[in-house]
Amino acid sequence: MKVRGLIISAAAITIALIPFVLSDYHRSQGADVAVYAMAILGLNVVTGYTGQISIGHGAFMALGGYTTAILTHNHGWNDIATLPIALLVGFAAGVVVGVPALRFHGAYLALLTFAFALAVPQIAKNYSHFTGGTEGLALPTHTGLWLYGVGWACVAVIYVLTWLLLRGRTGRAFRAARDSEVAAASSGVSLAVYKTFAFGVSAAFAAVAGSIYVLVNNFVNPDVFGLTLSLYILIGAVVAGLGSLWGILVGAAFVQLLPIGLTSSHVISAEGVPVLFGAIVILVMALVPLGSAEVLRMAIGLPNRIRSSHDSSTPHSLEAR
Amino acid sequence: MAAYNRYVVGAFLAACAIFLVVGSLQSALFAQLTVSGLANGGIYASLGVALVLIYRATQVINFAQGAIATFTTYVAWQLMTWGLSYWPAFFLTLGIAFVGGTLVELITIRPVERRGNVLTVVIATLGLLILVEGSVGWIWGAEIRFMPSAFPAHSEHIGGVAFSLQDLGTIGISVASVIVLWALFQFTKIGLAMRAAAFRPEAARLVGVRVSWMLSLGWGLAAVLGAVAGMMAAASPSVLLQPNMMDGVLIYAFAAAVLGGLESPAGAVVAGLLIGAMLNLLGSYVSWVTPQLLLPAAFVLMLIVLLVKPSGLFGRTQVRRV
Amino acid sequence: MAALLELRDVDARYGPVRALHGVTLTVGEGEIVALLGANGAGKTTTLRAVSGMVRRGGTVVFADRELRGTPESVARLGIAHVPEGRGTFSELTVWENLRLGAFTRHGSIDADAKRVLALFPWLGERKSQQAGTLSGGEQQMLAIGRAMMQRPRLLMVDEPSLGLAPLVVAEIFRVLKELNEKEGTAVLLVEQNARNSLAVSHRAYLLETGRVVLAGDSDELAQHEGIRRSYLGY
Repeated sequence: MKVRGLIISAAAITIALIPFVLSDYHRSQGADVAVYAMAILGLNVVTGYTGQISIGHGAFMALGGYTTAILTHNHGWNDIATLPIALLVGFAAGVVVGVPALRFHGAYLALLTFAFALAVPQIAKNYSHFTGGTEGLALPTHTGLWLYGVGWACVAVIYVLTWLLLRGRTGRAFRAARDSEVAAASSGVSLAVYKTFAFGVSAAFAAVAGSIYVLVNNFVNPDVFGLTLSLYILIGAVVAGLGSLWGILVGAAFVQLLPIGLTSSHVISAEGVPVLFGAIVILVMALVPLGSAEVLRMAIGLPNRIRSSHDSSTPHSLEAR
Repeated sequence: MAAYNRYVVGAFLAACAIFLVVGSLQSALFAQLTVSGLANGGIYASLGVALVLIYRATQVINFAQGAIATFTTYVAWQLMTWGLSYWPAFFLTLGIAFVGGTLVELITIRPVERRGNVLTVVIATLGLLILVEGSVGWIWGAEIRFMPSAFPAHSEHIGGVAFSLQDLGTIGISVASVIVLWALFQFTKIGLAMRAAAFRPEAARLVGVRVSWMLSLGWGLAAVLGAVAGMMAAASPSVLLQPNMMDGVLIYAFAAAVLGGLESPAGAVVAGLLIGAMLNLLGSYVSWVTPQLLLPAAFVLMLIVLLVKPSGLFGRTQVRRV
Repeated sequence: MAALLELRDVDARYGPVRALHGVTLTVGEGEIVALLGANGAGKTTTLRAVSGMVRRGGTVVFADRELRGTPESVARLGIAHVPEGRGTFSELTVWENLRLGAFTRHGSIDADAKRVLALFPWLGERKSQQAGTLSGGEQQMLAIGRAMMQRPRLLMVDEPSLGLAPLVVAEIFRVLKELNEKEGTAVLLVEQNARNSLAVSHRAYLLETGRVVLAGDSDELAQHEGIRRSYLGY
């Protein structure tokens, strides 16, 4: 326990102090890492803790991003003031999505969220008078330091919120929902409520991430929140180890900084990055580090195995040598 | 129960067919939109059958199917750029797709499948999607390229309506490839073994079928269908040859597979053609449905089908936890 | 007569649970051997151990070759395994099921098809019927027909009488006996119904909690005090 406390403090201090030795450009990259950290944390709440997989978190980021963009661009709001609004919008959207999501498990939910991730940018393109369409909306600029500070402050707030959430009754309910639906249901925990709540929280975090993302880029248009973004969040979560809170920082740094590091040092070209990432995802899935394995197994859940109706009446056979 | 469902589905499909035929007879525009819609539908159907093949055998939703189709289409383009004429390049690409698809399963999916977790494999297919799409960009770059078509660009006039040869050809080739595949499954020993392995892997092992090889072959055949879909798509006017070419098509193919019943190849064909035709008509006749809203429409369709009748039009009607 | 199938000290486990403990038994060429025992005694597991469907220790030798492979390879060596639940391909037709039985054979299967149809003439009328729509007894006979198409040296049948009417059961056992006598196919039969299996088999083993506790000629075992009381009911 003490070691953990030390590591947390060390990490926090490093994060707080590092910007002062970085250039402005690198500070804004640090803000990007914060963005991914929030989005991945959001994804982990839903996938790692309640076992519902989502490939559509880019869409929730889009919601937050567009909320901030529209409020600042069209209505002149102060950017920081838009953050709580984005949080609420995200939460509401997450709950709305979370309700039907209860009906689907595993691969079907992945399919639907995948389609969702592709559909939302199209909708944004369509209602262009609202969203600025493909030309997008421009936003006020900020210094790298400002972005870094605001970004990581949000990360800190979200981490604390998550920690509080997972400690109490909600956390126990989440874990119960993940581990055994039957047991949880029989102990009086209303699974539906908690799972939907988890989705809402997860989307809220992604929305705030989207707001910061938009501020970092000073710009938003539908393509910014495309499929690639949702996939990269997933990559970050996979590298982090689904369900791990600490791995998240590793995952976020991996997704944001590794490509830049590799391309600027000419190890691989920019086009080679997705090839590497894809290969890494496959490798991780093939080798399945303990964290992901445990959680993914929970994510399917024994009573929900889609395959079970296919087995013959004989009991499951184990693999022969 | 099953009989009732069959009648309802049959009546529904008959109604759709009547709608399309009557509309086509009434209006030349309707007829043209229907045919070009069916051409799109043929592409969705081919890719949809590929998805169904893999899902039926392994319960895995292969997110990389579109990317693999894109890759094979680029291969075809490359062969033609190197001087091969269309049809030789087409068939050579099919062969390459078969080998490639089989190898991909062997190298990337098999090690993950061994872990035994459907969801892990699904995430691996997402990784594969990123990998393959990235490879296309890496090898060929992201610029838009021009894909030649098998069919000359002019239109045939039948009964006063202009039908593009490209559209008719696409419908023909898509349907033909699905029929060839069907024949393979129905009439050959290996096709029978593949079906057995898909339906009852344990029982298939007991009669000597090497189930894991059958899975690899299934991926190979799925890749062939994907290549057909990709080559037809790239030649069509609405799709440009670029690395993310099949992302949208993949969604429509998923919608076709879901609507048809994720385990029914015939369902994917019928649903694909239907979705293609209907979306095309919807886009033209209903004013607020712009081209950008078609993809969200497909998403909504999938959502409704999975909520209301998860087994789709042709799927087995047993209660299944979705 | 050299043993066609020999299990030496075979263990098997499902996860942490040991289902078989040092099982040793033989099946001779052309013999019918019955495996008796209550539910959970390990009879089905024994067959699965031979087929390679379960993790096992010990040695299994078939026709002087040690078996160590997957179920597919075991099938190719000439063992037909009709599992519990029959392993019918319900989605396929009767004829397709039979064709699959002959999967490991090369060349024409007409002669085999004739033999099976001679034994089960009614199958001829149902060739295009979906196998899943057959009754339990019909599916069992289809399963045996499918196994015959393989021309196996050893036929392993798991609980053929389960859930079937006495007349149907009698028919099935008659078929097994005929197969054994006419074609010389060895049979390893797993059955809870001790009376029928002892009547049709040459030798039998009794399994209890994964161990062989009794072995001998079937006629003698039918008279055995313990067996009469526990398994034959008198």
